Amino acid sequence: MVFTCSIMLNFNYRTLSRKVGRGVLEQQIILAVFLVFGIVFMLFALSLSWLLSPSKPTEGKGLTFECGMEPLGLPWIRYRSGFFVYAILYVIFDIETAFLYPWAVAFGKAATGWFFFVEMLIFVAILLAGLLYAWKEKALAWH
Amino acid sequence: MNVWLVALLRALLILLVMLLNGAMAIYMLRKVLGHAHLRLGPTELGPAGLAQLIADIVKLLVKEDRHPNRSDRWLYIVAPFIVFVPSFMSFAFIPFSDKLVAANPDLSLLMMLAFLSIPPLGIFAAGWASRSKYATIGAVRAVGGMITYEIPLLLAALPPVMLAGSVNLQAIVHAQSTSIWYVIPCLPSFIVFLICAQMEMGQAPFDMIEADQELVAGFATEYSAMRFGFMYLAEFAENFVMAALAVTLFLGGWTLPGISATALGPFAVLVFVAKCYILIFLFMMVRGTYSRYRVDHYMNVGWKRLLPLSVVWIMVFAAALKVIAMLRGGA
Repeated sequence: MVFTCSIMLNFNYRTLSRKVGRGVLEQQIILAVFLVFGIVFMLFALSLSWLLSPSKPTEGKGLTFECGMEPLGLPWIRYRSGFFVYAILYVIFDIETAFLYPWAVAFGKAATGWFFFVEMLIFVAILLAGLLYAWKEKALAWH
Repeated sequence: MNVWLVALLRALLILLVMLLNGAMAIYMLRKVLGHAHLRLGPTELGPAGLAQLIADIVKLLVKEDRHPNRSDRWLYIVAPFIVFVPSFMSFAFIPFSDKLVAANPDLSLLMMLAFLSIPPLGIFAAGWASRSKYATIGAVRAVGGMITYEIPLLLAALPPVMLAGSVNLQAIVHAQSTSIWYVIPCLPSFIVFLICAQMEMGQAPFDMIEADQELVAGFATEYSAMRFGFMYLAEFAENFVMAALAVTLFLGGWTLPGISATALGPFAVLVFVAKCYILIFLFMMVRGTYSRYRVDHYMNVGWKRLLPLSVVWIMVFAAALKVIAMLRGGA
């Protein structure tokens, strides 16, 4: 979520933040190399382990773990997550955070006046009121 | 020099750091937890049990890799990659010293946080694909945990960004070297950050996803040998990354107060690593001291305490900054 937002806001940041980073393309190449290198290293280590380790499969080894006895019932249990509402609130607040970051970067600059602060204060106050409402309506309770 | 070659060398170096940190952290964890519990920890292999870290790695390599018959095979194989590779990539943004940083984009803080938010998805995939009762519960808890800690964590990282006026980690360190360590003006954020870091790492008292006594090993129950090893290597890597992030944002990164970057020279790396390990030690002591939260209490800590606290604190902090700027402007 934040990842997507940060990419979307990339252009804003580039004008806002100090010019300390190096060229964008170079950074992308480095990250691409890291991605490929990480995968290759994992494949290498897993094949090394595959070469070194014994393989004596028995029927019992393939069973799903259940404290030493034969597994009872279906392995895929129904699990009541209990935090469905939290997840919706999470999306809202995650986007709020994505808005707060460019604001914070610009806030560090001297030229911003009180208007800039009050704007964000209203935005945050609405969200906070929403959180308090959800709290009061027992949305933040484990049912 | 060729950009690709430089990138490859950096990846190699960072991998080395990550593996060394993994080996060190296993040994350190066993020793610290041992002493916290009035035990000695590993003592048998080598002086003070130091060879234990080699033994641990060799053991993981030569153990039989066992697939559960009923697992979702494809996802089961892919999941450790989703956990390990983003943790490895988030290492790229750590500023070890003025020059020593593998990738330094303008957005390095945000990129790092973004990469750190991917491993929980891999943990969920692992638990789901295992098709085991314990693993499923661990997986669902991983998602519950992620939606709990992530927002306070992101908000806790905001005040340093406001002070430095940048989301570049290197710029934040430089800004601190000319003023004070941000832990002093942003102490509440620092505390929230440390709590959220503990949640993010999935360590006691917030080890919901593993919870040994309840869930055997949680999401990793059905994993064995090197696949299991990678899950835990990623966890120790996250340990280091979170410590490094806290050091960079709040504790001055690789700088020391009163000593210039040029005077510090190559010792900057040592300063940085020493600070990180002090924080890791703190994390481990917390892990050894507090007992586990109940799942709903865990969610409450995030949503009813940390989140309102950090939102209000940010606005108070911003107002204070404005007032100080006004007073300075008037004087």
